[in-house]
Amino acid sequence: MDGDAIISVRALDAGYGDHKVLRDLSVDFRRGRVTTIVGGSGCGKSTLLKCIVGLLAPWSGSVSVDGRVLTDLPENQLAGALARVGLLFQQGAMLNSITVAENVALPLTVHTTLPRPVVDEVVQMKLDLVGLGHVGPMLPSELSGGMRKRAALARAMALDPDVLLCDEPSAGLDPQTAADLDALILRLKRTFHMTVVVVTHELASIDAIADDVVFLGRGGSLHFAGPLADAKACPHPAVADFFARRMPEMPAGTRSLLDVLEEPE
Amino acid sequence: MSQSAAAAIDVRIDGVLDRASVPAWHARLDPVVVAARGAELRLDLSAVPAMDSAGAAFCLFLKRRATRQGGRLILAAASPAARDALSVFRVRLDAAGERPRPEGFFERLGGQVAAGWEGVVLLAALFVDTLHYTALGVFRPRERVRAAAVVEQMVRIGLESLGIIALVSLLVGLVVALQSAAQLRQVSANIYIADLVGIAMTAEMGPLMTAILLAGRIGSATAAEIATMTITEEVDALKTMGIHPIRYLVVPRFLAITVTQPLLTVVADLLGIIGGFIIAVTYLDLSVGVFANELLDALRVKDLLTGLVKSVAFGWIIVFVGAHRGFQVRGGAEGVGIATTSSVVQAIFMVIAADAFFSLIFYFG
Repeated sequence: MDGDAIISVRALDAGYGDHKVLRDLSVDFRRGRVTTIVGGSGCGKSTLLKCIVGLLAPWSGSVSVDGRVLTDLPENQLAGALARVGLLFQQGAMLNSITVAENVALPLTVHTTLPRPVVDEVVQMKLDLVGLGHVGPMLPSELSGGMRKRAALARAMALDPDVLLCDEPSAGLDPQTAADLDALILRLKRTFHMTVVVVTHELASIDAIADDVVFLGRGGSLHFAGPLADAKACPHPAVADFFARRMPEMPAGTRSLLDVLEEPE
Repeated sequence: MSQSAAAAIDVRIDGVLDRASVPAWHARLDPVVVAARGAELRLDLSAVPAMDSAGAAFCLFLKRRATRQGGRLILAAASPAARDALSVFRVRLDAAGERPRPEGFFERLGGQVAAGWEGVVLLAALFVDTLHYTALGVFRPRERVRAAAVVEQMVRIGLESLGIIALVSLLVGLVVALQSAAQLRQVSANIYIADLVGIAMTAEMGPLMTAILLAGRIGSATAAEIATMTITEEVDALKTMGIHPIRYLVVPRFLAITVTQPLLTVVADLLGIIGGFIIAVTYLDLSVGVFANELLDALRVKDLLTGLVKSVAFGWIIVFVGAHRGFQVRGGAEGVGIATTSSVVQAIFMVIAADAFFSLIFYFG
C-alpha cells in the first residue's frame, strides 16, 4: 500500500521463544484509514499488533509508528510515543483491582496534567461514547464480556490517540453490539481522523469498516495488502476462499486417512 | 482372520468400531499384526456399520504397527460409513512415529543451571529497576508513586498482618522461655531467662518469624496478583499505556514493606519478650522488676539494630521474589499456582540464607 503511511513494517521477523510467527513481513498502514488484518488462527495477527505497539521486540526488521521505532526509543520518549497509540486487547485487559472509571482515567493521570474534575469529565464522556456511562464505579469483573471490551475501548481512546489498534473487538459479542462497535470505529475515524487497525475474522465487520485489508497467511507471510475492493478480487487462493467463505484447502503435507490406508507403501 | 494367497493375511473387523469396541479389537488384533512379521495384512472394514475417531485412529495404529514389524497393511474393503469416517481425518505424512528425543541428564542439569542463573540476573535487574523508579518518583513529580497505593500496601502488609504476627511471636516467646526454664532452674540461673528471651527475640527470632509469616502472606499475594495480571494481559496493558509495571506494581510494595517490616519486627520482639516474661513470672517466680532490670542489662543496641536491618532486607527479599515469580509466570491458572508456591518457598529459603549471611557479618566479621 502506498501513500501516507503512519505505520511501516519492514522485513519483520518476530515470534516467541524458538517459534517464528511472522516472516519477512513488509506492509504499510495508511494514515486516517481503517485497516483490517485478516488471516487464519495462528498466522500472527495479534503478534503483529504487539510488534507495532512495542510489546514484542522484532527478531529482525523494523516497525515504525509515525517515523519512530518504539523499541528503539529511550524510556522518557517511549511513554509519550505510546500515548499516541491505543490498544484494545482481545480480552480487554482491564485492571481488575480498580474501577472501570479509574481504568479509563489511568492514561489521563499518567500522561497529562489535567485537573482531576476535568479527568473525571473526560472519563464520563468516553464511557458514554461506548454506551457504558453508568458503569464507572463498577469493577471490571462485574461487567459482561462485551461490556468489558467496550470499557477497554474507552480506555484505549482516553488520550484520543492518533492510532487505535483493536484485537478482535467484536469477537464474542452479539451482532447488534458488534455493529454498534463498528459504527463507533467509523465515527472515530471520521471525527478524530484516527487511524484504526482492526484484527478481525468477521466478514460483515470487514465490509462495514475496512478501507484497506492486510491478509496474512500461514507462517506469518503476507498474502495481500491493499484496498478492500482489490482484496475481494485478489486471485490468491487463501484470500479468495476467505471472501467467498469457502472451506480452505487442507494444509500441505497431509493426506486423508482413507488415502493412506488404501495406498500400499 | 484368514491366510490367503502369497502370505497375505485378511484382517476383518465386524461391528461398530468405536471407543467402546476398540480396546477389545486391539487386544485381539495387535498380536496378529506382531505375529505376521513381514507379511501383507488386508484390512476389511466392509462389515463396520459405524466408526468414530477412536476407530479411525485404531486403523492408523494397525497400519503403523505393521510397517514397524517390516510388513504392510492395506485397506481392502470398507463400508460407506467407515469410508466417510476415514476420509474426514488427515494424517501428517512426515509425523509417523515421530517422538521428540528425551533430554539427557546433563542437558536437564545444564538447563536448570542456566535457568537458575537467568533467574538471579532477572532478580537483580528487578531490584535495580525498582530503586531506579523509586528514585525517579522522588526527583520527578510526573513519575511520583501514588501515595494512595503505598498506603494501601502498608495497610495490607502492616495492619492486616499485625494480629497473626503478634500472636505467633507471643507463642514463640512462651515456647523459647518454657523450653529453657527447666534447664536454667537446674543450675539456679533463673534470672538469665530475661537475657535469653531478650537477645533471641530481638536479634534472631523476631525478624525471622516476621519474615516467614510475611513470605506466606505478602510474598504469595504479590506473586499471585502479578502472575494473574501477567496472564490476563493487564501487565501488557500497563506497558501500552506508557506505565512501567515495576513502577505501578512493585515500587508501592517496596516502599510499604520498607516501612512496615521493621515496625512489625519491633512488635514481634516485644510480644516475644512478653511471652518470656509470662513464663519467668509464673514458672520461675521472678519478679517484674528483676526481669526488667536483667532484660535492660542484657539488651544491646547492636542486637536491636541488627534485627531491624535484617528485617528490611528480609522484606525486600519477600517483595522481589514474589514480583519476580509473578512476572515470570507461564501458562494459565496452574502457572499462577506454581508461581505462588515457588515464591513462598524461594522467599523463605532466601530469608534464612540471608539471615545466616548477616549472622556471619555482624557476629563473626
